[in-house]
Parts: sequence; structure tokens; C-alpha cells
Amino acid sequence: MSGVLSSSIGRKVAMAASAFFLMFFLLQHFVINLTSIFSADAFNELSHFMGTNPAVQFALQPVLIFGVVFHFVMGFVLELRNKQASVKYVKNNGAANSTWVSRNMIYSGLAILAFIVLHFIDFWFPEINHKYIANLPEDPSRYYGELVHKFHSPVRTGAYVAAFAFLALHLLHGFKSAFQSSGMSAKRAAKLETVSKIYAIGIPVGFIIIALFHHFNQH
Amino acid sequence: MALDSKVPQGPIADKWTNYKNHIDLVNPANKRNIDVIVVGTGLAGGSAAATLAELGYNVKAFAYQDSPRRAHSIAAQGGINAAKNYQGDGDSTYRLFYDTVKGGDYRAREANVYRLAEVSANIIDQCVAQGVPFARDYGGLLDNRSFGGVLVSRTFYAKGQTGQQLLLGAYSAMNRQIGRGKIQMYNRHEMMDVVLVDGKARGIITRNLVTGEVERHSAHAVVIASGGYGNVFFLSTNAMGSNVSASWKIHKKGAYFANPCYTQIHPTCIPVSGDHQSKLTLMSESLRNDGRIWVPAKLEDAQAIREGKKKPTDLSEDERDYYLERRYPAFGNLVPRDVASRAAKERCDAGFGVNATGEAVYLDFADAIKRYGREQALIHGDHNPSAEKIDKLGKEVVKAKYGNLFQMYDKIVDENPYETPMMIYPAVHYTMGGTWVDYNLMTTIPGCYCIGEANFSDHGANRLGASALMQGLADGYFVLPYTIGDYLSDDIRTGKIPTDLPEFEEAEKSVKEQINFFVNNNGTKSVDHFHKRLGKIMWNKVGMARNAQGLTEAMAEIKALREEFWKDVKVPGSADTYNEELAKAGRVADFLELGELFAKDALVREESCGGHFREESAETEGPQKGEAKRDDVNFAFVSAWEYTGEPADAILHKEQLEFNDIELKTRSYK
Amino acid sequence: MDMNLKLKIWRQNGANDQGKMVDYSLSDVSPDMSFLEMLDVLNEQIINEGGEPIAFDHDCREGICGMCSLYINGEAHGPDRGITTCQLHMRKFKDGDTIYIEPFRAKAFPVIKDLVVDRTAFDRIQHQGGFISVNTSGNTQDANSLPISKHAADEAMDAATCIGCGACVATCKNSSAMLFVGAKVSQYALLPQGQVEAADRVRNMVAQMDAEGFGNCTNTGACEVECPKGISLDNIARMNREFFKANI
Ligand SMILES: Cc1cc2nc3c(=O)[nH]c(=O)nc-3n(C[C@H](O)[C@H](O)[C@H](O)COP(=O)(O)OP(=O)(O)OC[C@H]3O[C@@H](n4cnc5c(N)ncnc54)[C@H](O)[C@@H]3O)c2cc1C
Ligand code: HEM
Ligand code: SF4
Ligand code: FES
Repeated sequence: MSGVLSSSIGRKVAMAASAFFLMFFLLQHFVINLTSIFSADAFNELSHFMGTNPAVQFALQPVLIFGVVFHFVMGFVLELRNKQASVKYVKNNGAANSTWVSRNMIYSGLAILAFIVLHFIDFWFPEINHKYIANLPEDPSRYYGELVHKFHSPVRTGAYVAAFAFLALHLLHGFKSAFQSSGMSAKRAAKLETVSKIYAIGIPVGFIIIALFHHFNQH
Repeated sequence: MALDSKVPQGPIADKWTNYKNHIDLVNPANKRNIDVIVVGTGLAGGSAAATLAELGYNVKAFAYQDSPRRAHSIAAQGGINAAKNYQGDGDSTYRLFYDTVKGGDYRAREANVYRLAEVSANIIDQCVAQGVPFARDYGGLLDNRSFGGVLVSRTFYAKGQTGQQLLLGAYSAMNRQIGRGKIQMYNRHEMMDVVLVDGKARGIITRNLVTGEVERHSAHAVVIASGGYGNVFFLSTNAMGSNVSASWKIHKKGAYFANPCYTQIHPTCIPVSGDHQSKLTLMSESLRNDGRIWVPAKLEDAQAIREGKKKPTDLSEDERDYYLERRYPAFGNLVPRDVASRAAKERCDAGFGVNATGEAVYLDFADAIKRYGREQALIHGDHNPSAEKIDKLGKEVVKAKYGNLFQMYDKIVDENPYETPMMIYPAVHYTMGGTWVDYNLMTTIPGCYCIGEANFSDHGANRLGASALMQGLADGYFVLPYTIGDYLSDDIRTGKIPTDLPEFEEAEKSVKEQINFFVNNNGTKSVDHFHKRLGKIMWNKVGMARNAQGLTEAMAEIKALREEFWKDVKVPGSADTYNEELAKAGRVADFLELGELFAKDALVREESCGGHFREESAETEGPQKGEAKRDDVNFAFVSAWEYTGEPADAILHKEQLEFNDIELKTRSYK
Repeated sequence: MDMNLKLKIWRQNGANDQGKMVDYSLSDVSPDMSFLEMLDVLNEQIINEGGEPIAFDHDCREGICGMCSLYINGEAHGPDRGITTCQLHMRKFKDGDTIYIEPFRAKAFPVIKDLVVDRTAFDRIQHQGGFISVNTSGNTQDANSLPISKHAADEAMDAATCIGCGACVATCKNSSAMLFVGAKVSQYALLPQGQVEAADRVRNMVAQMDAEGFGNCTNTGACEVECPKGISLDNIARMNREFFKANI
């Protein structure tokens, strides 16, 4: 494994693997959040399951954290190595042959990273505090209220919306890129074009709608 | 010295086999102690270097480009011949042999050509094993196309990039040996001189084109595979760096130069567009399978077209003169290259040329588009297709066949050849002449070999399409590796050749003197200035049609130009860095000598044969009136020139050609 | 209509020199000239003025040898598509235009002089496996004893048309050589002759590619757009698969 990871293609495939994992997680996260629009109970139930099931907590969660950390660390490593491999032009016309999003993954990624930090402070630290540090009593119906409460602040909601806009940019290139990296032929990847757009735009927009929905539906 | 071609005894079909059975071999352990220098890594040099290394020799290979993959063999488009008879159309070793000798207007050495035809089939096997992606049919077997001047389909091809794929094959074989350390590759190195020790070729002097360093390299034998010298005309289809220098340096040290005047002027090239022109681009011969060549039938139409008042598509059928079909009904547009080129020149000289310079004729695909369109419509079950549909389907077929050539034309000329006929004109393309070699491919310097386009080759006075690639690879893969062993078997006890011998010192000194001369000359005119003037003299007086007066004048003019060059050439920059002007200066200096010998050779050959047309030697009556007239009684020989100082004083040695297996006939394409 | 142009050209006197952009102006440029012929004319002018001509690589001048290599107005081989620098013609520019001319840049392609760069890293990658190990014996099996589907042969041919120019590296923001290496790996991967050594080939060639200091592909696709021979990104994907196979 370490041998493979020290090769450029190995890193690429690992990057794609972590990205696939993140995209899968994102989808699942999205489905759960979506329920919050339709039914507070369903949302509470799912959140409670995710928050207390030992398999999720002690197997999936560490993997997820590892996945995120691996992804952005590898992203930085690649970016640094690529910077080292290249020499700047006096005049370069990147727009002639590639999309802006594909050339600026590191910036969209950085924006997402900033958001993830915020997200941790916002949702995850209080969660961990609630469950494992302060050892507060179980309340399977608290999740919905907390969620709605978080979207009270326009600033936070704004940041949330902006972050997902960046995520959309990131995925507009990332989704296809992950398939190409893992060896899918361009012909097949071309068929993914629509799926890619749906995913890359649909999911972040969905998240944004959820955020706005709760922001404007404060009880 | 009398010329000995060393052709083995016996019937022609057995000569090569018998020869191989009786030569001396070098045992594998001894090969490790023997070094071979190969100058040039095109098809000939690349294949030779790889094969010699496989055999166990230590090979040092040299090229002026930055990688072996860039040798000009890469530019060959059409294909490579081989007597495989995969199409079952009656091809055989003998037929390929016969076609090549006849196509060369009976000026090649029979035994060599037979051997070439014999090993041609092995080339295809070898290349396929290497992974060369030749075109295939739907059954998965190799496909063939046909080329000018022959009656069978024996040309293997890889799209319009056959030379590229074959060269990449040879390059890959080299890579394997470079990886194993058996070939040391010297890129961006130019050979400046050959070093003789006790009369044998034992090394070369090179200049590192990046650092300017002058280096000595020793070996037990030296192989020259430096390609053709068409650039003596300045404008040709050769690469910008193609040169005669390697061949010329060995010529000056004792290798005879054979038939310098045999030049192939290819009929289908993109015409010159202006004074800035730096090179000419070939449009493959395969286009003549489908394109029809014509000029306006009336002078006033030609003039109107030149002035832009009329378009070619304005002229009706009977206002056009399909002059090849008119003059040569049997072969039509598919006459051999020399005949097609002269016919184009004849029309343009008579005032029928079509572009602004008056030096172009049309190559028209409109009929082919119609023919293919109808055919396709039928295949699609449409028995009554509209004109638009025919046009569309036809263009698709033409595109599939020649798409890359049409694109190339469009990019250069900025006209769409699907809509308006292409303009073409003959251009210098290939040199049949070159260093004289015997059956072993050895020059008149012991231990110095010459292969590929650089030698005087197997093509006589005219080369048939798709046979240069065949010859280069035959020489490199299958001939030289045997013949050189016979020579090297005497060298197993010689040991390394030291590079501090006085002969190396001497050669290095004179190379450095020349370099220093150039950078310190402070003349007033650039190297290109002289090269272009040389090219003009060559093209006007030693080009497609030659006569005694023009040739005599050319000799004097080239000599004068050479003297002016040495007085007034300006080479900026210094000797110890990358300096392309300096590299060019050395090459042009040699062209200025070769040019004169070239004209002299043409002057001496008072007959017309193949690419060499002497106006004094044309048929004056009968159906062949105006056609080239060969003189077998007086000129069935190879002219091999010995250097004595001034090119004009070179001494002629004749190798009489004997034809035992082929009857000498007039070439008729009427 | 002849044109007058302003040229900004990278001049660098040897590998260790700093290098800088230098301004030139050139008049009476014919639209029928090729880009390199325009540079020829400029060089003639520089020589006549007593300067040192601009060094640039070129040889065949018909788009096949892969020697020419300029970065023109921010694009490898200039603004036209499907061609090399030597096939670019001045009619693509307008009177009064300013044209930037730089060398192909990448750490793995050090500048030799002015616009000439060293691309031998490509050769070294090929030494590590860009071949099928077959000796020249004269009795190799008959070429038609191994039928190969037309489809595979055509696809191998498409990959094999790479001219090794390095535009893919030059244009890539990461200076990745994956299109070039992918094309070679693909050519052999598509042919039955290439199977025996497939695993070693891809492993060794990728290792050498990394050792040469080329960057990492992030699938921007710029290489495919700028490649004069239209080498497809598929070749990179195929190389990734081959690499995967070789390492499992
Ligand atoms: C445009 C074009 C199309 C053609 N199409 C066909 C075709 O379809 N079929 C066919 O059979 N033939 C064709 N030919 C002819 C054929 O391609 C050549 O004759 C053949 O490839 C020559 O191969 P070579 O190895 O002898 O020389 P080249 O490939 O020219 O190689 C010469 C080598 O010598 C080196 N070299 C030269 N001078 C020096 C020096 N002084 N010091 C060090 N190294 C030096 C160069 O670096 C190079 O490596 C075509 C030719 C052209 C120009
Ligand atoms: C934590 C912050 C993140 C950073 C710093 C980051 C950075 C990067 C970078 C630099 C790349 C480019 C590398 C490449 O294309 O090969 C990349 C690719 C990618 N990222 Fe991220 N990213 C982050 C988060 C995410 C998230 C949350 C997702 C999805 C839910 C994601 C999905 C992807 C995908 C699909 C790719 C393409 C992978 C590939 O090309 O194989 N990233 N990321
Ligand atoms: S892949 Fe294309 S751009 Fe890259 S070296 Fe080959 S031909 Fe040039
Ligand atoms: S000079 Fe050969 S490809 Fe441009």
C-alpha cells in the first residue's frame, strides 16, 4: 500500500477513493437532512440512530473523519507537489482548454474545509459534548429542535449557503474526475455527465434549500 | 582503386543465403569487446543500432535531434512494400525485385535489389511483433494498398503515418537496448568528421550541440545512416536539419560518392507560397489513386485563374486538360513520379500554371467524391440519391481515406480541398544517389558502412513509392548486422581503440579550426542567405530538366558562391554554446561542395534515366516523342566519384551494371 | 495583407541564466507564412542587426517529428487546434497583435536556451518499458498468424500517433506527463503482443515518470484539448486501470 501511495497514480486513485467515500457520505447526510423538511419525527429518529448506534459511532464515524482528513491532506500534498513540478508562465491562457473549477479545486476545497471546521464547532462538538463529555441524558427528540435553532442566525445560514456553493463548484469537476481517476473510460464518463451535474448541483442546492427552509420557517 | 561490388557468386535467388552460410561470425563473448558507432537513428540507423546491440556489440548512436524518435523517417506517410502476397494477387520476391529494378530505370545493382525483396517479408513480421499498429481489415488481418508504377497491392500502411509508426517501432527496440546499457545514445550530437587509423574507420569527432563541446568517439566500425541530401536544393520535403555532412565527411576521407545527380522530384507537393518559404510539404502519392490532375486547356483561362478572375470550379469539363490521362492513357494519373513531375513542369512552363506564381496544377477530387458517393448510396440501398446526398456520402469516404492530408493542406493553404481542387507542384523529395557501397554495404573506406537513404541504394535512378522505408529497415534489421560481423571477426583481438591517437588529435584539430573560423569570420550575410542562393541555382539549372549549358553554368556559379560563402558568411554567437547558426554553417559548407559535384555528375551522364532528365536525350519521333531516352550502351553504370580536393576535379569510377535476370527495356507508360 | 506585429519573446542564455521577456517588432509579415517562418524572418533581422538569433526547436516543419514546442499567447502550440507550432500560420493573427512566445515550461523540461527545452525525460520513461521485448531474428512468426481485431488495432494506432512533443506537460497546470505515458502504455495494452510485459511496463514507466519530477494529473483535461494529435484522456484512464491491475 505504501508503495502504491508513493506513486502518482496510486495517490490519484486514493484521492478518488476518499472522494467517493465523501460523496457517499454526503448523499446519506443529505437524505437524512431532507427528512427534516417533511417530518421532524423521521429526522429525529434517523439522527438518533446515527448518533447512538455503536456501529455508526465507533466504526463509520472514525472512518469518515479519517476520510475527510485523508482527502484534504492528500489534496494539499498533491497541490504542493504539482506546484513544485511546474513553472509559471508569463502569459497563460488556462481558460482556453479547461474549466475554472477544474483548475481551482484547492480553493473550492479550502472553502469547504473552512466550513467543515465551522460545522464541527457547530454541530459535532456540542454533540460529542452532549454524549460523551457532559454525559447529558438521552433525548431522542432533541435533534430537530437543535437543527432548526442553528439556522436562526442569518450569518450562519449565509455561511452555510456559501459553503455549499463552493461544494457545488468542487463537485462539478470532482464527480467526473473521481471516475476518470479510477479508470473509467471517457466514453462511459461522458454518459455520467448528466448524473454528475445532477449530483454536483442537486445536492448542494438541496442542502441550501434545507438551510433556507429552516431559516425562514423559524417557529 | 578499382571498384569491387563483392556480389557473391551463384544464382540470384541463392546469393544471400549462400553468403550468410559462409561468412565469418563473431562469438557472443567477443562481441562484448567490440564497439560500433552508428551515426543517425532514423529507420536505417535506429534498426541497425538496436539489432547490433541485441547481438551483443556495444553501440554508440548519434543524432542531431533531441531524440531518435524525431529522425525524418517519421514524416513518411504512404506505406512500406513487402512481397508477402497476402492479397493473393500474384506478388512474389521476384516481382518486387523486378518492379524495383524497372522502376529505377535499370540503374540499380541486381543482387542488392533481389536481397531487398527477399528480406522485405521479414520486416513486416518483425514490426508486427514489435507492436507496430498497421492497418487491418475486419477479419483482423493486415490490409494493403497499392502504389504507383506496379500491378499488385503490396503496400502495408498505418493510416497516413507509416514512417512514424515504423520509426517508433525501431525506437522502441532501441529503448530496450538503451535501458539495458547496450546502446549509448548521444542526442543533439552532430558528427563532424570520421577518423581513420591505418586506413580503417575507427571513430568520429562530434560536436555536442548543447554545450558546443567537440568530442572524440572510437569504435571498431562506423556506420553512417544520416539520411538524404535533398536540402542541397534548400527547399525540399526533407526536415530542416537534414544534411549531407556525415556522408560528405567520409567522402572527403576516401568514400566514393555515387550518382549524386539522381534526385526524386515528387509530383504532389504543396506549391511555394513566397520568399519566406522554409520547406515544402508532401501530399502523399496515395492521393493520385483518386485525384485527377489537370490544368486549364486555354491559356486565357489559366491567366484569368492566376489573376483571381476565375475559379477552377468555373471551368467545364472540356475547358480542362487532364494532361496525364491524355498523354499516358494506360497509366493515367498513376504514372511514376518522375514522369508525372516532368509533365507538370511542361504544362506550367507552357503558361498553363494556376496559382499566383504560375507554378501549380490541380489535383481534383470532385469525380472521386461523386463516384464514392454513388457507391455508398447503393450500399445504403438508395438507388436514386440526390446530388447533395451523393456529395455528402462521397466526402465522407474521401475523408476517411485522406482526412489527415486534407487537413494538412487546409492548414497550410487555407482552402478547403473538399470544395475546390488542391494545387500541387513537384518538389525535391528523395535522393537516390549517395555514398557508394558494396554488397556488404561497406563504403570504399574499410570499416565504414553506409545504410538507408544515405547510401546510393537500391533504387537506381528513380525510387518507387513505399520502397525507401523497406530499404532502410532491410539494411538495418537484416543486412548490415550480418555483413558487419564478417568484417568485425578480424577485430576480436584488437581491444579498445584509444582516442588519444594522433589521428584523433589531428581530426579534432581541423574540426575546431573550422568552427573557430566560422564564429570569427565576421562576414555580412547569414548562412541561410547562401543556402537559398544555392537552392535557386540547383532548382533552375540542376532540377527537373537539365542541359549541358545549364549544368556547366551551375558548376561555375556554385563554385563562385562557395568562395563568397567562405569570405562573407556571418555566424553570430560563440562556439561553446547552443548555436544553431554555427551548425547550419557547417552543413551549408558541405552542400556547397556537393552541389558542384551533383552538377558535374549530371553533366557527365548524357542520357535521361529516371529522375535525371537531360533535354538533349529525349525521343525525337514515334509514339514516345518527347519522352526521356535512356542510353544503355554507354551509361549502364554507376558513377562513383573519388574526392581529390575541388569537386570539379573529382575522379569518376564506373561500376558497370550487369543485368542477368532482368531484360533491359524502355519504360513505357503510354 | 501584410501585418505588423509586436513580439514578446523569452530569452535565456543557457540553463543557468535567469531569463526574461524581450520585446521585438516585426513588419511586413505575410499571413501565408507559418509561425516558424515568421521567426526565421525575425532571426534574419536580428542577425543583420548584429544580435544573436532566438533559439527554438524545429525539424520536420510538417507536424510529425514533435520537435517544435512553443507556448504562444498562453497556449501550447498556439491558438489553433489539432496542430503543432510549425503548422500554425500567421493568418491566425491580426495586424497590430502582440504575441507572447515562451518555451514549454515544466521542472522536468529545463530550458537549454531561449525557447529550446530538454525533453529527454520522455525518452528515459520509454527506456523503462516503452517496447515489446522481441529480438530481430528474421524468423519471427508470420505477421498474419496473429489476427488482431480492427477495432483494437485502430485504437492502438490512435494512441500511437503521439509525437512526443510535450504540449500536454506544458499546458498542464500540474506539469503532468500522464497523457504521454498513458498513450504509450495504451498502445501496447491494446495489442496482444504487449500483454506479456504489461504489468512490469506500466509499473516501471510510471515509476520513472514520477522520478523525473512530473506532476500529478487532476483531470483538468487541458492536455487533450491542446494535444496536436488528439490523444484522448481515455489513455490516462486505461493506464490507471493497467496500473491497478499490475499492483493487485
Ligand atoms: C515527407 C516524406 C514522405 C515519405 N514517404 C515515404 C513513404 O511513404 N514510403 C517510403 O518508403 N519512403 C518514404 N519517404 C522516404 C523515406 O522516409 C526516407 O528515405 C527514409 O525514411 C530515410 O531513412 P534514414 O534512416 O536513411 O534517414 P533519416 O530518417 O533521415 O535519419 C537520419 C538520421 O541521421 C541523423 N543525422 C543526420 N546528419 C547527422 C550528422 N551530421 N550527425 C549526426 N547525426 C546525423 C539524424 O539525426 C537522423 O537520426 C518519404 C520521405 C519524406 C521526406
Ligand atoms: C476538506 C476539504 C477539502 C479539500 C481541501 C479538498 C481538496 C481537493 C483537491 C485539491 C482535489 C483535487 C485533487 C484531484 O482532483 O485529484 C479534490 C478532489 C476531489 N474532492 Fe475534495 N476537498 C475537500 C472536500 C471534499 C468534499 C467534502 C467532497 C465531497 C463530498 C470532495 C470531493 C472531491 C472529489 C469527488 C474530488 C475528485 C477526486 C479525483 O479527482 O479523483 N472534496 N479535493
Ligand atoms: S500526448 Fe499529445 S501533447 Fe502529449 S506528447 Fe503526445 S502528442 Fe504531444
Ligand atoms: S517541427 Fe516537426 S512537428 Fe513541428
